[in-house]
Amino acid sequence: MDTSATPATRTLIRRHSLTVRLSHWLNVLCMTVLLFSGLQIFNAHPSLYWGQYGADDDPSFISMQAVEDGDAVKGVTRVGNLRFDTTGVLGLSNVDGEQTARGFPAWATLPSYQDLATGRRWHFFFAWLFVINGLIYMVYGFLARHFRRDLLPTKNELSPSHLGHEIADHARLRFPKGEQARHYNALQKLTYLLVIFVLLPLMIATGLTMSPSFNAFAPWLLDLFGGRQSARTLHFLTAFSLVAFVVVHVAMVLASGVFNNMRSMITGRYAIHVQPQREPKP
Amino acid sequence: MSRLITRRRFLIGSTLTASALALSGCDVLVENPSVQQALRMAEGLTMRTQRLLIGDKTLAREFTMADISPTFRANGTSMPDGAEYQALLSQRFSQWNLEVGGLVERPTKLSLAAIKAMPSRTQITRHDCVEGWSAIGQWTGVPLAAVLDKVGLKPQARYIVFHCADEYEKTLDGSGWYYESIDLVDAYHPQTILAHSMNGRDLEVPHGAPLRLRVERQLGYKQAKYLMRIEAVADLSGLYGGNGGFWEDRGYEWYAGI
Repeated sequence: MDTSATPATRTLIRRHSLTVRLSHWLNVLCMTVLLFSGLQIFNAHPSLYWGQYGADDDPSFISMQAVEDGDAVKGVTRVGNLRFDTTGVLGLSNVDGEQTARGFPAWATLPSYQDLATGRRWHFFFAWLFVINGLIYMVYGFLARHFRRDLLPTKNELSPSHLGHEIADHARLRFPKGEQARHYNALQKLTYLLVIFVLLPLMIATGLTMSPSFNAFAPWLLDLFGGRQSARTLHFLTAFSLVAFVVVHVAMVLASGVFNNMRSMITGRYAIHVQPQREPKP
Repeated sequence: MSRLITRRRFLIGSTLTASALALSGCDVLVENPSVQQALRMAEGLTMRTQRLLIGDKTLAREFTMADISPTFRANGTSMPDGAEYQALLSQRFSQWNLEVGGLVERPTKLSLAAIKAMPSRTQITRHDCVEGWSAIGQWTGVPLAAVLDKVGLKPQARYIVFHCADEYEKTLDGSGWYYESIDLVDAYHPQTILAHSMNGRDLEVPHGAPLRLRVERQLGYKQAKYLMRIEAVADLSGLYGGNGGFWEDRGYEWYAGI
């Protein structure tokens, strides 16, 4: 160890503004309720189609069904021509000790029992909250230059060599330290931009395309997504892209210092270790 | 490193357990009346916002013959089993009449022949079930506006109620008869028709013979089948469960635009 090096000092920086913190946690609440109530709604007709129409007699490309297999009943999930035995989880699962035909299992739906009307009430209430929260965040993001300052990658960050380096570091769970930890890294920036400007708006747009009234207002959305049933399918696939994002996001939070990360999203303060500006006199 | 991963796994594990506990707690929350009341605010907000955006007369998308579903799924009742309906069916609805009453100036009865002789509209539209599936079909019928103009609404009339021939849920108190209601905005919408034909043929029994409602900017449960009587009312609280429809009395939104 080089004894002449100055020890790094721990500094608390302001990482997240109050608006970002509030909108983040409100979003956690909304997306949780929207996911579980959404799976309740999906369970009312656990098949997905492509095009303007789609019902039982039309070809579906994803379905979850209970299928009789000799004396036994199996839960079968079909994706295109691929069939998977998903007994116990998808298609057929245990409800109060009884094997029951249902898309997603009781632990994944809100409420746990089959109740489409209630699922819809929760879904639409929290969809409103999610949209209002998102609008406030968007206005703030542009006006307070949050997007430009914190999320827009620099030209250098987008170079293939830099990105390659970051991917390699992430894969080895090596995270930026010191001055570099002051800002989001390029992979974070790109991921957050994808979620904020592509996936979440896509959820809202595909959701609204399923509304027969909203179709009268914006029929071009039907053309954009290829029909109401296509929009329903995209709504489902985008939801699971967001689930995948959350899984990786939470894993990264845990791996890169759960206490520091949680504090920064609750109090705004994030600790970094930086070299002091000047050599202290002996 | 292995110790770290173990700790991480423990953290993930405990988070999952915590969310599972939170979810079973959700059922308690779901059944709380004040929570239910609060959630209902979203329906009014949705209706006001959509009505504001869409305007009263904007049409639902109409499709072409090539877009029609090969099989149009029949939902709800597929054969009303009441004696009255069975008798009407056996005479191919020659004795059937649509009663139009309530808050109207000239209550009337219209035979199927009289309805078919009225001005008609044909439209190929998409039917969206609240469950999530859709089917496209062609409907021909008389605009509801023409029927309402014929009988003359009284100024107090706010809603049009549709009484049906199917008892969808058998109950001792008779609360299981199918009925629906719409307000005057939808009642006078150009695509709101009383359909007597589907895909160029007389309406079949599973699809609501002899006459069904089409309200094209709302979900399937508003499209009442087996119409027997139309009633203009000032408010919906006096009918059945008081929420304006069979499914509405069972928790679904009265405004089914989404």
